[in-house]
Amino acid sequence: MIDLLLEPFAYNYMTKAIWVSALVGAVCAFLSCYLILKGWSLMGDALSHSVVPGVAIAYLAGLPYALGAFTSGIIAALGITAVKRLTMLREDAVIGLVFTSFFAAGLLIVSINPTAVNVNTIIFGNILAIADEDVLQVVIIAAVSLAILGLRWKDIMLAFFDESHARSVGLNPDGLRVLFFVLLSACIVAALQTVGAVLVIAMVVTPGATAYLLTDRFGRMIWIAMAVGAGTSALGAYVSYFVDGATGGLIVVLQTAVFLLAFVFAPKHGRLAAWRASSHVAMGPKP
Amino acid sequence: MAFIGTAAGIAVRPPASIEVSDVTVRYANGIAAVQDATFHLGKSSICALVGVNGSGKSTLFKTLMGFLKPANGSVTISGLPVKQALKAGLVAYVPQSEDVDWNFPVLVQDVVMMGRYGHMNFLRNPSKADRAAVDLALDRVSMTEFRKRQIGELSGGQRKRVFLARALAQGASVILLDEPFTGVDVQTEAAIIELMRGLRDQGCLMFVSTHNLGSVPEFCDQVVLFNRTVLAYGPMSETFTEANLARAFGGVLRHVRLGGTDLHDDSDTRTMTVLTDDERPLVLYGERAKEKIIASEAASTPATTPAKAASE
Repeated sequence: MIDLLLEPFAYNYMTKAIWVSALVGAVCAFLSCYLILKGWSLMGDALSHSVVPGVAIAYLAGLPYALGAFTSGIIAALGITAVKRLTMLREDAVIGLVFTSFFAAGLLIVSINPTAVNVNTIIFGNILAIADEDVLQVVIIAAVSLAILGLRWKDIMLAFFDESHARSVGLNPDGLRVLFFVLLSACIVAALQTVGAVLVIAMVVTPGATAYLLTDRFGRMIWIAMAVGAGTSALGAYVSYFVDGATGGLIVVLQTAVFLLAFVFAPKHGRLAAWRASSHVAMGPKP
Repeated sequence: MAFIGTAAGIAVRPPASIEVSDVTVRYANGIAAVQDATFHLGKSSICALVGVNGSGKSTLFKTLMGFLKPANGSVTISGLPVKQALKAGLVAYVPQSEDVDWNFPVLVQDVVMMGRYGHMNFLRNPSKADRAAVDLALDRVSMTEFRKRQIGELSGGQRKRVFLARALAQGASVILLDEPFTGVDVQTEAAIIELMRGLRDQGCLMFVSTHNLGSVPEFCDQVVLFNRTVLAYGPMSETFTEANLARAFGGVLRHVRLGGTDLHDDSDTRTMTVLTDDERPLVLYGERAKEKIIASEAASTPATTPAKAASE
């Protein structure tokens, strides 16, 4: 039995997949805490779909896929900002418009040059088949992002919570917002390999949403989210060995399961607690 | 009452002042939200910024906070350009309640600690002095017992106090307060006013944006009447007159004038004037142009009744 459970670790590609997934899961979870508090979840969705044409073009041109993905993500983010500023359209409409255009362009490029890239790898990810140079890319992106977040997380939190006050203590909220989006784009690129462009949105939303139900302190929320993100990602990669299923799907299903547990059983903000405390209106759950 | 004075470094700061010279601020579409505004607030005092909604009060505040760059003119705070004044931690801002995300996972003490960020190292690790300043600030607004609450679990008045405590912990000498009395009970309003008086005595300059006319003369020393530009500014007694208020609020507020014959049967020609947005009326009584403010918040309830009756 033990032998069976340890079997995946006997394969180099499995060990690699588990570690890389955990790392990517942790960074995405860190970012998810900010994303869900700012109501920018859709922005994560938009960025993840917008990287597809960049990847396709990068493969065609023989450039590192991360470079293409990153560039195309940033262009999409700027495009969203510009269209929003120049029209009266609401943000959700602009985001929907821009990211579907990018995604469609990506699919078109891939369909015209079918040999250039395996579209499934971008859209659904395939961590088990990750190449060594891609591992290096992902690890560098994730490590640098984690380091920056570890140093600046309080400043970013303050800038997101109260921009005016952030200014009054000498921070630069605009700069911090740009920094955040650069990190988000970079981590989405890193996560493409593990879960793919479609499911990466879960990686940058679900762990933060879960942690939000479990604590009232931002610092703890980050730790909980990272534990959820890293744990489910590693476990998802590990279990995929046995069930022979898509790693991305497993990771996200596991994250959803953890979220549902928190949703019901969270000590203060869970449904059970709310049900028990329903007579004390003042202490009720967050809306 | 605990004193935060030297602990937060207020004593060594340059004298508080706000100097706005010929400032024009434009929206992106070129329309001027603020046109040629000039005023100078010096010394320790409490100053009201009074104007109707949409008069550009918040644009002016945003300019003072460096969010918006004036197209013309200059703003200096305590003798420094806005950016440097912010860097030096001279300015604190108490936001309007609706500008705060109350679901954010931060405790009361976390919010107050945010006031200390400018004093902290690169990693924002609080020092002993930072913790002491937070304790003092919480004590001073009587919120110590709520320090472990998530901010959304507080009442309107308590929420206001938390952000005041943050300004205290910051140790700024110029404090901007955006509509501090909206959604606040009378008791908290009195506590906030008391606190502001204490800060004034310590050398702080408070600039309070409000449309709450009734309580302005009660706690402010100076007033800036504002509508796209400065209509009048100066000491309360000279500036807060019916003529000036009519310019600032013309046609916007309920304006009831009761002549001598309405009030009593004699030859006394004095009139009573009630200016109200139906929240807190301002009541003036006396010869035209020489009336005295006879009622603000304290007497609001009895004064409202005849005015309402007369207007119906």
